Amino acid sequence: MNTIFKPDTFRNDFTFANSPAAIKRFPFPFCEDTYTYSLDMEPHVAGPAGSVYEYPIDIDDHYVSDMADRAHVLKDDPLRCQAFPHMMTAQWDLLELLMTSMARAYPHQFTLHRNGDQWHWINKTLGIDDKFRFGDISTLSYEPMEYIARQCQGDFTLLDQRDNNLWLDGGIATSQADWSLDFSLGMNFMEWHGAEPVAHDTGVSDHALNSLLNVQQNSPVRRLNWTMTLNPRLDNSPENYDIWGRDRATVTPANVGDKVHLRVELQAVWRLPRSNALVISTRTYFLKMRELLTQPNWARRFPRVLKSLPAELVDAKGITRYRDVTLDWLNPYDDGQATPTGCLFK
Amino acid sequence: MTTHNSRLVHVAQVQQVAREIKRFELVSLDETPLPAFSAGAHVTVTMRDRDHVWRNPYSLMGSPLDAKRYEISVLRVPQSRGGSAYMHRNVGIGSVLEISAPVNQFPLSNVGRKHIMIAGGIGITPFLAMLAQIKQDKRNFELHYAVRSVFDGAYFDVLRAADLPNVHLYRSDRGERIALPGILASQPLGTHLYVCGPQKMMDWALQTARREGWPDESVHCERFSAQPSGKTANVKLARSGKAIYVGEHQSILGTFSSDGVDAPSLCGDGQLLHNDHTLSVNEKLTGERATTCATRLDGGSLTLDL
Repeated sequence: MNTIFKPDTFRNDFTFANSPAAIKRFPFPFCEDTYTYSLDMEPHVAGPAGSVYEYPIDIDDHYVSDMADRAHVLKDDPLRCQAFPHMMTAQWDLLELLMTSMARAYPHQFTLHRNGDQWHWINKTLGIDDKFRFGDISTLSYEPMEYIARQCQGDFTLLDQRDNNLWLDGGIATSQADWSLDFSLGMNFMEWHGAEPVAHDTGVSDHALNSLLNVQQNSPVRRLNWTMTLNPRLDNSPENYDIWGRDRATVTPANVGDKVHLRVELQAVWRLPRSNALVISTRTYFLKMRELLTQPNWARRFPRVLKSLPAELVDAKGITRYRDVTLDWLNPYDDGQATPTGCLFK
Repeated sequence: MTTHNSRLVHVAQVQQVAREIKRFELVSLDETPLPAFSAGAHVTVTMRDRDHVWRNPYSLMGSPLDAKRYEISVLRVPQSRGGSAYMHRNVGIGSVLEISAPVNQFPLSNVGRKHIMIAGGIGITPFLAMLAQIKQDKRNFELHYAVRSVFDGAYFDVLRAADLPNVHLYRSDRGERIALPGILASQPLGTHLYVCGPQKMMDWALQTARREGWPDESVHCERFSAQPSGKTANVKLARSGKAIYVGEHQSILGTFSSDGVDAPSLCGDGQLLHNDHTLSVNEKLTGERATTCATRLDGGSLTLDL
């Protein structure tokens, strides 16, 4: 594979855009024309070549700029990466999961040599070549989670399992859709989903927790989650709300196509072997409204879903102020034709 | 045939370690290492003997720090459904076994400050893995291990010879008893209690802990009773038009895999869940969803949208 890494930015001038190939592989999350609240977890198994599901951990042509943005966020706010001391084994588990997945999927970019606990990791793309002893933090430049997450796209949360619940006891979050690791650290599953409307009433939270408690080694699961974002800003954190919150008042019919983005998270959950903890990887993909139009069935389905979204979810997703102007802009592209049932991406 | 989350392993060694207990050492068929596991984890061994399929969970008793081989110990239970007798009778050096990925329903608490382990008989096995982990992590612990006699208790001699501080051994044929109330009464805050052994012993230990005022969150036990069997039943699959017969010791999911039905399942192997804890009470009441790995029918028939 000869990947050309795009020098895009996710802040200030926001030069991020998808290539035609990247649009095609965008995980369009709607399987029907109306919105239904559901969990829709499925086994995280290999999907078609070229899709975001091809490999367990997806590295794409925004890798370099994505990692630069993460470094920027961590420099400004080190609290985006935290873990309690009892999560150290889980951190090593995560490092192993990511290194082995990345090296297997992208051998031209990443190499891992293992001889007992003597490990040698080479990341050609970022120019990193490190030897360390697995399990010995004094041999790495950061703690294991931060070390590897600075080289892997996606946010990661580490969940300790006890008392029939999951506890958010560690993580790194620099590309999050409006939640704070620093605020939620130490909370259990029900506490950190407390703000989610609809979920509690419909039993989705109970079902989600039970499903996650039963995720087993070697059998990861995944789901797609979605919201909308103004500008392709990875770091949509509550900590920086003063920077991005005001964007909501700036959407006009003239700028919808480039400013309004569908923001999709591919959430995958693994049981970690040594710690018995879970890790959730949350990998974010953006799609501009202008890019959405290039796929006629997406252009039909998305406004229909947006129209059917219950008011409390419109508020929870923070799109109240610009939903109508976005719908007005999209509506002319929905010719009313029926869409194929089921998923619209490969 | 293996399910997506199981693998075949070689039996590298078999050793009689007590009157009715054999230890089996399992290694990878090829060079690929066995998956790492955490102390307290078990694997489910699938045994096939002509018309019979048994799936029995066994604790991994070797050190979690060395996953080059797995070790399990099997107590032969005469009145059982026959899996343990099969292991004793038919499995020897060179046998190939099918095992699931490790599952841990009896983990050491990552936040516990001290760990008290109460073992009876074959219940010692998960604690042997925990001892290795605790030693590595230099955590604070006590192990109390009771056996009927030295002939019945596996690894009793090994533990006695090791003479580890904080390991206490009891022989009931000599009238020795674990003085649990006293042990529980004098522990520092943040201590966790782990119990594994015969059902009566676990009931006694859990009741004692409750009476001594221990919070449920600090008390853990491993239950290895097999899933209850059910009556035979017929299941119809509405979409494919197939009809499937479920035997008294089978799960619905189990019959799917042998009949080539691709059913969505996240548990992979129903035997790993001792019960269905996946669906909420509400979902169970409406009967719109069923976990095919654990759900049993009270006879009769069921139609699934598959």
